[in-house]
Amino acid sequence: MTLDVAAIRADFPILSRQVRGGNPLIYLDSGATAHKPLAVLDAEREFYLRHNAAAHRGAHLLGEEATDAYEHARSRIAAFIGADPGEIIFTRNATEAANLIAYSVSNAATGGPAGGPAAGTPAAGLAIGPDDEVLVTELEHHANLVPWQQLCQRTGARLRWFPATPDGRVDLTDIGDLVGERTRIVAVTHQSNVTGAIPPVARIAAAAHAVGAIVVVDAAQSVPHHPVAVADTGADFLFFSGHKMLAPTGIGVLWGRSELLGAMPPFITGGSMIEVVRMEGSTFLPPPQRFEAGVPAVAQAVGLAAACDYLDAVGMENVAEHERMLTGRAIEALTAVPGVRILGPLTTEDRGGAVAFEVDQVHPHDVGQVLDELGIAVRTGHHCAWPLHRALGVQASTRASFYLYNTPDEVDALADGIRTAQKFFGTP
Amino acid sequence: MQLESMYQEIILDHYRHPHHKGLREPFDAEVLHVNPTCGDEITLRVTLKDAGGEPAVADVSYDALGCSISQASASVMTDLVIGKPVSEAMEISAAFLELMHSRDAGEPDEDVLGDAVVFAGVAKYPARIKCALLGWMAWKDATAQALAGTAQALGSTAQAEMEQT
Repeated sequence: MTLDVAAIRADFPILSRQVRGGNPLIYLDSGATAHKPLAVLDAEREFYLRHNAAAHRGAHLLGEEATDAYEHARSRIAAFIGADPGEIIFTRNATEAANLIAYSVSNAATGGPAGGPAAGTPAAGLAIGPDDEVLVTELEHHANLVPWQQLCQRTGARLRWFPATPDGRVDLTDIGDLVGERTRIVAVTHQSNVTGAIPPVARIAAAAHAVGAIVVVDAAQSVPHHPVAVADTGADFLFFSGHKMLAPTGIGVLWGRSELLGAMPPFITGGSMIEVVRMEGSTFLPPPQRFEAGVPAVAQAVGLAAACDYLDAVGMENVAEHERMLTGRAIEALTAVPGVRILGPLTTEDRGGAVAFEVDQVHPHDVGQVLDELGIAVRTGHHCAWPLHRALGVQASTRASFYLYNTPDEVDALADGIRTAQKFFGTP
Repeated sequence: MQLESMYQEIILDHYRHPHHKGLREPFDAEVLHVNPTCGDEITLRVTLKDAGGEPAVADVSYDALGCSISQASASVMTDLVIGKPVSEAMEISAAFLELMHSRDAGEPDEDVLGDAVVFAGVAKYPARIKCALLGWMAWKDATAQALAGTAQALGSTAQAEMEQT
């Protein structure tokens, strides 16, 4: 193995918990949220213990230290994805980041006099309306689907989508028709949280740029799991959540190209992001501060920076290789169980570590219940990707997702647990 | 395994052979209820009849996709409400809701709940409570709509009679 998994697991105290029936925890739900190593917990705690203050406000020593900690975290995260710190906006999570873009665009469409775009301003170039199209895919997590649906409702633009292939990839057959002169935004997942599929984002981005559309990439399942450099993706915007990459809940990242961020009106307004405030009106700071209203989540940002340090120490290439090994083992083990159908590609090529499956005649809830009883944590349902499930012809599925702290034994336990569920419900 | 306490034989039996399943006519109201967490759904129809001046449940027919708990619970529900006056069925429904929120403490009343007492184990697994309630909530909703529809029908009949005189 490329990783010293035992050493890694020792950094995560929660993994030594016993759960139902005194069974050891087998956590296969990192796609929902990941656990936190001591280094991240210590960094967050250290901030509160010694440096806590409101960043960008205090003219006192603690205020300086908090500001330094926050801006250092910003630089650290920027380096993790090969970006410029000025292009990193801290949000609450990936979902908020997607909404930030969508609301900024509709604010651009309505922020001028008489509720239309403010002609002649950089923001006007972002405005979209009834003659425009927003293009997504059928694989999208609701976070990268619903905000675009709502944007289209608000502006009259038309939503279109790449369909899913039967093996859970993005079907690019009609790309010539779907990407055209009306396309203004293309939003695509970097890695499906259900099928694990990794679409050819750079290719899609090239097609989008050829028609002047901006490209938004949902990296919630990619940045935590393999090396990502924003320049290689072709993205204009890219977002992810801290809690899925060993960091605290409540911190996410939106990366955007500086000329776009510079043109965008704010989404959430209030303190911190203003330049001058009078009763009659206010002006706003340049990005990234323009998009960071309120007292910053410094402790969480510090935790995320510590998570970047932890992951870089392990090596993202090593993390990816470890997951590839586990995913391959899971695909092999599950396809060997009669009555189990994996929803997604059966190869590890362009495919990450989310393995969703159905078990003949046993509903996912019931599969999950038996697995839970054995100490195995998976997710059951539609995993916030309901249209994808319909496209794959299922009501719901069971999903196992792997990370750097999982072991081959845990994959084997999953397969055994499925067999136990089948026996319990009396199906072959 | 603790699982046996939740997945009693009666539940598995109802799951494999659900009672009253299928959509039938005539009906007074139809609803579609969904569990947003998992996509489980039930389409349910209620037919009422008059039983000595008060409404009673003549039939409950349904089509559903879901886990063993949601399917079995819907099946048991139909056994418990069909043929009963609506007021009594509503009391059984309230008792079942209370059972679901009891965290498996306390004694469920078998006289009121009949076979539904076997779902007591579900209360220990909060994530499954919505499963057990899906059918009941659908039935309550459909019955309320059926009753409102009846009231409207009575209202318009009275109106027509008034206009004729």
